[in-house]
Amino acid sequence: MNETVREALRRIGLATFVSAVLGFFALPLLWLAFAPFDANPGITASLPEFTLHNFKVLMDNPYALASLRNSVLLAAGTAALVVACAALAAYALSRVRIPGRDVLLYLLLLLSSIITGTAAMVPVFLLAFNLHLIDSRAGVVLVLTGGLLPAAIFLLKDFTDGTPVSYEEAARVFGASPLQILRHVVAPVIRPGLATVAVWTVAQVWGDFLMPFLLLRNPDKAPASVIMYTFYTEGGQPDLALISTFSLLYSLPVVVMYLFVSRRYGFRFHGGIKR
Amino acid sequence: MAPPTSPSEARPLAVGRRAGTGDDAAGLGRARAAAFVAPALVLVAVFLVFPAVWTLYLGATDYRLTGIAASDPKFVGADNYRDVLGDGGFHHSLWLTLQFVLGSAVVGQTVLGFAIAWVMRDRTGPLRRLVEGLVLLAWILPSSVIAFLWIALLDRDDGTLNALLGTPGTAWLLDHPMACIVVFNVWRGTAFSMMLYGAALGNVPPSHLETARLAGASTWQTLRDAVFPRVRGHVLTSLLLVSLWTFNDFTPFLITAGGPDRRSEVLSVYVYRTALGDGRLGFGAAVALVMILVNLVIALLYLRALRGRKEAAA
Amino acid sequence: MSAITLRALTKVYPGGVRALDALDLDVADGEFFALLGPSGCGKTTLLRTVAGLETATGGTIRLGDADVTRLPPGRRDVGMVFQDYALFPHMTVLDNIAYPLRIKKEGRARRHGAAAEAAEYLSLAGLEQRRPGELSGGQQQRVALARALVAHPRIFLLDEPLSNLDARLRLEARTFLKRLQRELGVTTVFVTHDQAEALALADRIAVMEAGRIRQLGTPVEVFRRPANLFVASFIGSTPMNLLPGRVCGGSVAVAGAVLPVPAEERGSVEDGESVVCGVRPEYLDFSDVPADGAFGGRVSVVEHLGASSLVTLDVGDDRVSVVVGEDREPRPGDEGWAVPRPGRVLLYRDGELITGAAEAAEAGEATEAGEAAAGRPVEPVAGDGGAE
Repeated sequence: MNETVREALRRIGLATFVSAVLGFFALPLLWLAFAPFDANPGITASLPEFTLHNFKVLMDNPYALASLRNSVLLAAGTAALVVACAALAAYALSRVRIPGRDVLLYLLLLLSSIITGTAAMVPVFLLAFNLHLIDSRAGVVLVLTGGLLPAAIFLLKDFTDGTPVSYEEAARVFGASPLQILRHVVAPVIRPGLATVAVWTVAQVWGDFLMPFLLLRNPDKAPASVIMYTFYTEGGQPDLALISTFSLLYSLPVVVMYLFVSRRYGFRFHGGIKR
Repeated sequence: MAPPTSPSEARPLAVGRRAGTGDDAAGLGRARAAAFVAPALVLVAVFLVFPAVWTLYLGATDYRLTGIAASDPKFVGADNYRDVLGDGGFHHSLWLTLQFVLGSAVVGQTVLGFAIAWVMRDRTGPLRRLVEGLVLLAWILPSSVIAFLWIALLDRDDGTLNALLGTPGTAWLLDHPMACIVVFNVWRGTAFSMMLYGAALGNVPPSHLETARLAGASTWQTLRDAVFPRVRGHVLTSLLLVSLWTFNDFTPFLITAGGPDRRSEVLSVYVYRTALGDGRLGFGAAVALVMILVNLVIALLYLRALRGRKEAAA
Repeated sequence: MSAITLRALTKVYPGGVRALDALDLDVADGEFFALLGPSGCGKTTLLRTVAGLETATGGTIRLGDADVTRLPPGRRDVGMVFQDYALFPHMTVLDNIAYPLRIKKEGRARRHGAAAEAAEYLSLAGLEQRRPGELSGGQQQRVALARALVAHPRIFLLDEPLSNLDARLRLEARTFLKRLQRELGVTTVFVTHDQAEALALADRIAVMEAGRIRQLGTPVEVFRRPANLFVASFIGSTPMNLLPGRVCGGSVAVAGAVLPVPAEERGSVEDGESVVCGVRPEYLDFSDVPADGAFGGRVSVVEHLGASSLVTLDVGDDRVSVVVGEDREPRPGDEGWAVPRPGRVLLYRDGELITGAAEAAEAGEATEAGEAAAGRPVEPVAGDGGAE
C-alpha cells in the first residue's frame, strides 16, 4: 500500500516537473507563434484572429528585407572565408608535423576562448576605425572570421584526424601529386566536415548582434539582428505587426538549418551548431 | 561529445605504423603546409591576437572616443587600472556578474539541464521530442528575437506573464532586473547542459543502473553512487564552459541595457557603456583586460580539466 | 636478378624508435613473400618503406635494377592494397579501379575499359557503378586488388590483406589470393601477423622481431626448424613445447625423460650445459602405455580442435601438449605418455637453435632448401635414424 502511494507521488512529481519545464520553455515562444498571424497583434500571447496582412507590413518596411539580405551577405561571406582558411590550415596541421604545431593549437584554443567579442570590443572598434573598416560589411566579415577561425580549425582538424590517411597514401602510391590528392580525395572525403563548419559559422553570424552593432553605422548595411533591436528600442510605440513577422522570418532559417543538420548528420554533439 | 574546442593532439607516439602516418600522408611538404596555415594565422593574428595585445596598451592611455584625447592620447601608466579597481561602478558590476554567472549558469542551467536529461533519459517518443525541441529552440533562435520575446513576456501592461499571474502593472524588468536576466539566461542556455548530460548519461552502462535498482537504491542513492561518478568529469568541464560563455554574454544588454539605474549592468554591458557609451576608451580597455584575465583563468582551468579527463580515460 | 633487393635498410623514427635495423633482404622475381611478426616488429614499416610511404633513414632499396631509395611512391611502379583497403568512398567501384590510370592520364574510354576488365577478372562484374560502402568486405578487398593491379605494377604490396574479413570469408579469400598470385606471376610481398596465413600463402617467409629478420625460409623450414625460440613460439597454431633441460653425457635430461643428443650436434654441446628442448605438439604421439624416451604424466586438460584434440599432460612441474587424433582422446586424470616422433626434437641454447657445423654454413646462404635442410633433427632415444 505504502509502495503504491509512493509510486503515485513519484509519478505526480514527475508529471509536474515535465509540465513546468514545458510551460517555462514554451511560454516566451508562444507570442512568436501567434502574433505574426494576429489581425490585432498585442504584446500578450493569445490565439490569433488569423491574417497574413502583417507580412505585407513587413514587405513595406524599407529596412526589413534589406537587413535580411545583409545578414545573408555577412553569413555567407564569413562562412566562405572561415571554411576556406580553416580547411587549409586544419588539413596541414592534421597531416604534416609542422614544428611547434601542438603549442600553436593550444594557443589558438586558449586565445579563441578568452578573447571574446565583449572583452575585445574596444580594440576591435579602434582597429576597424584605423583600417577604415567602420561601416563596411567586409570589416564585420573579417572580424567575425578572426574570432571563429580557431574553433573552426579545431572542428575540422578533429574531423580530418578521424579520416584514415590511407586514402591519401593510396592515391600517392598510384602516383597522384599532392594537389591532385587534395582535389580528388581529400576534399570529397572531408566534405561533411566542411558542411558542418559552414553551417556552424552561418548560425554564429546569423544571430550575432555585438559586432555589426559596433561596426556598422548606416542602417542600410545593418543585418537583421541589429535592425530587429532598433525596431523595439527606437522611439514611440513598437510596431508589433512588423516585429512579430520579422522575428519569425528572421528565425526560420536557423531552425531549418538546425533541422537539416540534425537530420543529415545525426545530431552529433559538437556543442551543437551554436556556442 | 566533447565541445567544439577540445584539443585532440597529444596523441602518444606509438611504435611502427601510427608513428609513420603522422607525417604528411599526401606528400605536401613543409613549405606548402606552412602556406596552407598562413592565411588562417594572419586573420587570427590581426583580428584576434592583435586586439588583445592592444587592449594592454590602450588600458594604459587616456584614449577617448572624442575630444583632444582622441587625437592625441597620452600614456597614463597604471592609472586606469587603479581607477578601475577603485571604481564603485566596477565593483557593483563585478558583483552583479558573479550573481549572473553563478545563478544562471552554474546553478540554473546545470541543475535544470541535468534534471531534464535525467528525467528524459530512457524516454522516447513525442513528449521527449517536444521537451527537447522547445529547450533547443530557446538556444538556437537569434538573441535579438529572444530578447524581444522576453520583453514582451515581462511587459508591465500587457505582458503574458502578468496576464497569466493576474498581476497587471507589475514591472518585472524595472523591479527585478537581475532576477529577470538570470531567469532569462537559464531559459536561454539550458539546452547545452541538457544535451551534454544527456550524452553523458547515455554513457553510464545500463548494468550500473540495474545493479543499483536490484540493490534497492533510491533515486538519490542511484544518482550519487552509480551516475555521478560516471559524469563527474563532464560536470566540471561543462561548468567551466558555461561560466565562460555566460561571463561574456552580451544578451542582457538587449533586454535591460544594464538598467534601470545600472541595476543589471553586468561586466560585458559595463565595458560597452564606459568605453563606447561614455567614450572613455582607455578606461574601458582596462576593464576589458580584467575580463580577459578572468577568461584566461577559466579557460586554463577548463583545459586542465579536459586533460585530466583524457588521462583518466586513458 | 631479384625483384626486390634491400641492403642495410634502416628506419629510425623521430624520437629514436628504430623500426628497421640494417636489414638485408632479397625477394626473387615472381615470388609470393610474407613478412610475419607480432605488432610493432617493423613489418609494416618495411612494406611502407618499399612502397615509398616512409623514407629510409639509411641503406638502399632496389626494385629490379633500379635504385628507388629516394624516389617518391608514385614513381616506383608498385601496386598496393591497404589494410583498410582505402577505397575512395565518393567514387564508384569503376572509378576507384580506374584511378591509377586517371593519374597516368589515360583517356576516359581506355581507363574505364581496363578497369572493367580488371573488375571482370576479379569477379566484380555488375558492381561497377556501386559505391564501396555498398559492398561486402570480400568485394571491397577484390576492388582494392583490382585497383592495385590495373596498371600492371612491377611489385605488388599487400598490408594485412585478409585481416578485415570475417573468419569464413578469410579462408576463401586466402585461396583466391594464392591462385591470383600464381596466375599473374607478379612479385608480391604481404604483411601479416597471422602465422597460419603466412604458412598457407607464402613461398618464403621472413619472421621479424624488433626491426630485424629472425628467420628467413620456406614455410616448411620455418615450421619444422624454427631458428630460435622467438620463431619457435610464434609459429604454429598450437604453441610448441619448450622445456628446460640439461646436457648429461651425450643425452639431455628434460621433464623426466632422457633424450640423446644427435651425432651432428654432439660436438657443439658440453656436459652440464642448460638447453631448451623444443618439440611441437603435432610431432608427439600419445600413448597410454609407458614408452622409452617419452614424457610421462597425468592428463590435465583436453581441448577439442575438431578432427583432433590438444591434450595437456602435467609432467612434473612442466606441461607438455600433444595433438591426439579423434577417437583416441584420453580423459582428464588418465595417465599418458607423449612420444616424440623421430627427428623432430630440437635443442636451443641461449635462445638459438643448436645446429651442426656443416649446417651453419648452409643456413647462412638462406636459399630455398626445402625439406632437406629442414631435417637433421635431434634423435630421440627410441628413434630409428634421423632425417627422412
